[in-house]
Amino acid sequence: MTGRLFDKVWDRHLVASPEGEPSLLYVDLHLVHEVTSPQAFEGLELAGRKVRRPDLTVATMDHDVPTIGLDKPIADELAAAQIARLRQNCAEHGITLHALGSPEQGIVHVIGPQLGLSQPGMTVVCGDSHTSTHGAFGALAFGIGTTEVEHVLATQTLRQVKPDAMAVIVDGELPPGAAAKDLVLTIIRALGTGGGVGSVIEYRGAAIRALSMEGRMTVCNMTIEGGARAGMIAPDETTFAFLKGRKHAPKGAAWERALADWRGLVTDEGAEFDHEIRIDASAVRPAVTWGTNPAQSVSIDDTVPDPASFETEPQRQSAQRALTYMALQAGTAIRDIAVDTVFIGSCTNGRLADLREAAEVVRGKKVHQGVRAMVVPGSARVKADAEAEGLDKDFTEAGFEWRSAGCSMCLGMNGDILSPGERSASTSNRNFEGRQGPGGRTHLVSPAVAAATAVAGHFAAPGDV
Amino acid sequence: MAVGIQHISGRAVALERRDVDTDQIIPAAWLKRVERTGFAPGLFGAWRNDPDFVLNRPGAAEAKVLVAGANFGCGSSREHAVWALQDFGFQAVVSPRFADIFRGNCISSGLVPVEADEKAVSALFAALAADPDAQVVVDVAARTVAIPSAGLSEPFTIADFAQWRLLEGLDDVALTLRHEDAISAYEAARASWLPSSAANEAASA
Repeated sequence: MTGRLFDKVWDRHLVASPEGEPSLLYVDLHLVHEVTSPQAFEGLELAGRKVRRPDLTVATMDHDVPTIGLDKPIADELAAAQIARLRQNCAEHGITLHALGSPEQGIVHVIGPQLGLSQPGMTVVCGDSHTSTHGAFGALAFGIGTTEVEHVLATQTLRQVKPDAMAVIVDGELPPGAAAKDLVLTIIRALGTGGGVGSVIEYRGAAIRALSMEGRMTVCNMTIEGGARAGMIAPDETTFAFLKGRKHAPKGAAWERALADWRGLVTDEGAEFDHEIRIDASAVRPAVTWGTNPAQSVSIDDTVPDPASFETEPQRQSAQRALTYMALQAGTAIRDIAVDTVFIGSCTNGRLADLREAAEVVRGKKVHQGVRAMVVPGSARVKADAEAEGLDKDFTEAGFEWRSAGCSMCLGMNGDILSPGERSASTSNRNFEGRQGPGGRTHLVSPAVAAATAVAGHFAAPGDV
Repeated sequence: MAVGIQHISGRAVALERRDVDTDQIIPAAWLKRVERTGFAPGLFGAWRNDPDFVLNRPGAAEAKVLVAGANFGCGSSREHAVWALQDFGFQAVVSPRFADIFRGNCISSGLVPVEADEKAVSALFAALAADPDAQVVVDVAARTVAIPSAGLSEPFTIADFAQWRLLEGLDDVALTLRHEDAISAYEAARASWLPSSAANEAASA
């Protein structure tokens, strides 16, 4: 039988395939956070239902937690009430909660892999679109809405119509200075914001195999920005080495049995995909977004594009509208754009490897005068590990703020926001209008470019500073 | 969702933009609410600061149908976007293409996602530009969206099961629990090494 990785993972989770209805898929891991769960728990209780598998449900606090002053009560009353609700819901239903202040608290998509909860061949869901991150392990992982959260809490299953399978094949080798973030921004530029709608993407090719697990997570994380709900990468030795010894990874004889199973989770020779695109890794350059969606990016060596240069009228209108919002002129060199704020963090680029890349650039240098620069580690453990290596000193001595873990300025729910008209270089995943605060202007970049930009005061590559 | 939806008939708002993301539909500051209601004031929060924005025009408050460009509802999975549209009074959204999670959330909460092709949506935009007060009729059973005063009727696409769910107003959990035996059987056969917060220590056995 010639199967695709996606089919293999899909098929092993089929609980029922009723005639004329979507399939019923079993959920191996349900991740929960404070923002998209309260209405789901309420619905469950109103219907007199219980959480079917609290042991397969793991919760944390990330979206609206403060990243400073953790020793004080949370000042934002609405956020405090939402966080208290999660605590209460988890206690009532027997769900493990990595609460604010605990050593495993952090962004839901950082802690799952860190704890070894995200494993090859699993289904992982969460009320968050960046659940696609866990696909880096060869899992089928995707974001769901709150009504679906309630459905998973009650039944440990989801009703799903099988999507198409798309192959994104990245041949060749990434050049020095090009990161996983630059690669995924390049892929999204090729795909367009809606190009992946209706599909699950499998990332394939030599450049994907060469990525670290952290790099693979960055790529899978942003899959949703191209419209596909899930991105997957077949597990290999890199995956197994990352997992081995982690808290929830199988141990002893169970590890050997799991490994034998995981090695079969590859797309068979000759299997065909419904859609396919190819990307040449050698052409990837450090990318900077200029517009208001993640498909609108160029190389740092480029200039802001002329809206007239786009093929279709809707694209031209969209580009024009984006330039107006971003207060940019066509033809301006990307390196000539000055920034007010630099944000390093998020589920896209808030892992230890990301912080190392950024620290490497800022070590012994100073943040440019007038630029606010902050690092928000993806989890409490990332923070502790970074401090053990002295990365916090690299950042603080350069003039960065060193914060505690959370989603923070990626979506600006916790008070870490841009002021109207402020411009940021951000390692997060969305440059939508107002994403980092009303009127804020976001440019998405890699950790290394964010760090160099903080030093230069305008967009810069590490080699420039 | 408890009540089935057959027909929607009312005014429409034309939002001629593509890639409308859920951060625009309901900005993140509104996601701190723990209820499913009360989101109407936040709908398109930032864009409504512009007095000329389509939702600020006369009659928009009575509208039941939103007509928008392609890739509507992209970005965040927040179902709050659907709740905000419903809370404002919308019962259907028309677009040439919906983002996957948003479409699922629409079906979950009973907002009708009317996916019509680009040409059909352009025709709706043109008819609404000519007569902003025109009545738009969405017929879920017939899968059509029409502006009778303009002699316009266009087909739209919706999966059979999603259509049935909307027509009948069914609760997905109750439907799924008909398969509870299959769920239990599946659970009994799951691989022993799969992670569980309860059996973490036992994984080495």
